[in-house]
Amino acid sequence: MNDELKYLLARTVQGKHSRRAFLGRAGALGVTAAMANTMLATAVRAQGPKKGGTLRMGLQGGSTTDSMDPALATNQVALMVIRLWGEPLVELTDDGGIEGKVAESFESTPDAQVWTFKVRKGITFSNGQPVTATDVVESLDRHSGEDTKSGALGIMRGIKAMRTEGEDTVVVELDTPNADLPYLLADYHLIIQPGGGKDAPDAAIGTGPYVMKEIDMGVRFVAEKNPNYWGDLGNADVLELVVINDNTARVAALQSGQVDLIDRVPPRTAGLVARAPGVTVHQTSGPGHYVFIMHCNTAPFDNNDVRLALKYAINREEMVEKILFGYGSVGNDTPINAAYPLFTEMEQRTYDPDKAKFHMQQSGYDGAILLRTSENSFPGAPDASALFQQSCAAAGINLEIKREPNDGYWSEVWNVQPFCTSYWGGRPTQDQMYTTAYLSTADWNDTKFNNEQFDQLLFAARAELDAGKRKQMYADMGTILHNEGGLICPMFNDFIDASSDRIAGWIDDTAGFALMNSYAPHRMWVV
Amino acid sequence: MSPVVKLLAQRIALGLLLLFLVSILIFVGTIILPGDVAQSILGQSATPEALANLRRDLGLNDPPVTRYFNWLFGVLQGDLGTALTSGQDIATQIGARLGNTLFLAFWAAVISVPLAIFLGLLAVRYRDRWPDKLISGVTLASISVPEFVIAYVMIFFVAVKLRWGVSVATINDSMSLGDKLYAIALPVAVLTLVVLAHMMRMTRAAILNVMQSAYIETAELKGLTMFTIIRRHAFPNSIAPIVNVVMLNLAYLVVGVVVIEVVFVYPGMGQYLVDHVSKRDVPVVQACGLIFAAVYIGLNLVADVVSILTNPRLRHPK
Repeated sequence: MNDELKYLLARTVQGKHSRRAFLGRAGALGVTAAMANTMLATAVRAQGPKKGGTLRMGLQGGSTTDSMDPALATNQVALMVIRLWGEPLVELTDDGGIEGKVAESFESTPDAQVWTFKVRKGITFSNGQPVTATDVVESLDRHSGEDTKSGALGIMRGIKAMRTEGEDTVVVELDTPNADLPYLLADYHLIIQPGGGKDAPDAAIGTGPYVMKEIDMGVRFVAEKNPNYWGDLGNADVLELVVINDNTARVAALQSGQVDLIDRVPPRTAGLVARAPGVTVHQTSGPGHYVFIMHCNTAPFDNNDVRLALKYAINREEMVEKILFGYGSVGNDTPINAAYPLFTEMEQRTYDPDKAKFHMQQSGYDGAILLRTSENSFPGAPDASALFQQSCAAAGINLEIKREPNDGYWSEVWNVQPFCTSYWGGRPTQDQMYTTAYLSTADWNDTKFNNEQFDQLLFAARAELDAGKRKQMYADMGTILHNEGGLICPMFNDFIDASSDRIAGWIDDTAGFALMNSYAPHRMWVV
Repeated sequence: MSPVVKLLAQRIALGLLLLFLVSILIFVGTIILPGDVAQSILGQSATPEALANLRRDLGLNDPPVTRYFNWLFGVLQGDLGTALTSGQDIATQIGARLGNTLFLAFWAAVISVPLAIFLGLLAVRYRDRWPDKLISGVTLASISVPEFVIAYVMIFFVAVKLRWGVSVATINDSMSLGDKLYAIALPVAVLTLVVLAHMMRMTRAAILNVMQSAYIETAELKGLTMFTIIRRHAFPNSIAPIVNVVMLNLAYLVVGVVVIEVVFVYPGMGQYLVDHVSKRDVPVVQACGLIFAAVYIGLNLVADVVSILTNPRLRHPK
């Protein structure tokens, strides 16, 4: 970097030049706009976080029908609001590990069947009440009993008993060993509330870095820094969240400077948004994927040759390019990608009309294949189906498409009809993803996959504490699914968020959900 | 009893009957839709146990007829109930939302109604000449383009490019009146464009209709100027149809602006209703439906009364 550029950069970071002026002059010095943007972002980040100010975000997914009860949270806005005022026992780290939040430390017996959590010393709820082990047990209990309405009930089922030991220790006993228990307890529903939140589940009182000041469901939320927060999370003094469900309105709000941070930039327009001045688009790969699912127990999909033929007849690269507009990566007919811990790369299956034709002939089936789809099964699903139809035709396979209405798709088509389009948001661990959808007895086994060896490997891996051995088991399971499963996974979709140059501190490729696992507002700062 | 009072009483009684029928229709409608509130609340994460627990807590296991009458008795005692989804009191929530909707509708009406009538008069004055054609052309074009397109175009040029206005019209109690008006400037402009043509065209047609009358010819022969004739003679005689169309448009401003609310992120009734329909939250949908129906019926009542009062022949029937 030449001296003049260095000087300009320093002046800009100190706020003596506008960003636009810097980009202009950098351009005059022969630096491309993209390069100058990157240099500036790096320089601003290197200066370190600044405290204070108001950070405003416009997010998609909120509704006036939402509740402040974390047990009932289902969308991105509800999740973000929870992240402001509350904390679970433990949380994902940027690289997919686990760190303590309300729990200071945790450990298990060697067989991973009994887990002990130590409550962080001296922390209080935002109403001033100290956090005790009893609060933790009561909180978890609220999501487990048979009476609960919690979205986390499914993951709490494996817990046999919970008890306190002294003031600050919680002991959790499991039905079957599970080395991934901390990942399960990082679920965003499982917020630690005073008295377990049994008296006032929607009081928004927790141990989070912010406290709620204004709550208008589905419209607007304002939170202020919690002065008694135990950690150093949270840079802005005030966080303001406006619910903007319309895609165009959300992007316009960012471009016109009314908000600093938005989520879910539509892939179709993300390239244009990235070119706008003062706006940076952030692409984060995650575990979410779009799928074509076949029921392995229904003709003609009960024949593995038919399944393989269709797997070879799909053009994954084309889908990533035309459906995700490049904001994603190709799938390999398993629900697992590099976003998961203990992931092993497999040989990539590619579009091969000849192999598809061969397997179709092997199967002896020559009729048409009916695929059902709808726009809400994933964005662009009907288009993706049409692409699939064309690539199938090249292999001599007659794929028929039936467009289904959005309303009722999840109750009438998905998990009911033998071949349809769908999506998965992913889970934090391989165990959880496989247990949710590929174990033969799972409620949501939407491919009706039934493989004894696969089930056995899943239980064995869950109880295995040796990372190397677990990794091998998961690799074996992935291979089974890749070769025999009813899942055609053409693509993993990236999270696409965007921020204005009024704020800085974005970190690329964090684990978990979009917006840096929904911690971007806490960790970014107003420059 | 004066005929006007009698007519009013009749109309109000009829209106109440209509409201009752509307409430039954809405209830049946929300029952027919696939899925129920419990399924909608829990979404994809629903487990059979959680569903059953939620249904029991919300009282969804009662037969629909019982639920309808429970609701009706509550309303007759002035209790709109609580939302099934969030457990909030419906009356308080709707109060704030209705206030916002009326605020937006009020300012849109304050600008669009006088403007439409004035443009209508202007079009009559310069009938078939370029001002008439320009006014008709522009207003008809703006009503023909879908409102969200006008909204997006406005947002792009006014908010993003020129930065004269804001695209997010979310208002809240801590804002001053000036701030609020600044925030809603763009949606008000779009709404004005959307309702202008209908009222303007009706004003023009009604006045032109009257202008064919013999007494206008007399006025012309007396040597009155064109504007005086329109203002003093033609306009008062064409108030009835104009008021009718103005009321229809006012009703639209209150009940029909969901799309504008979504695009401009405005916390009004429309968005509130749509959220609750998609969650099958029957009590809220009922309450919103009743309010919308009441607004429509009430404004039409006003239109009828005004047309009677302005017409001596109706005011003094033989």
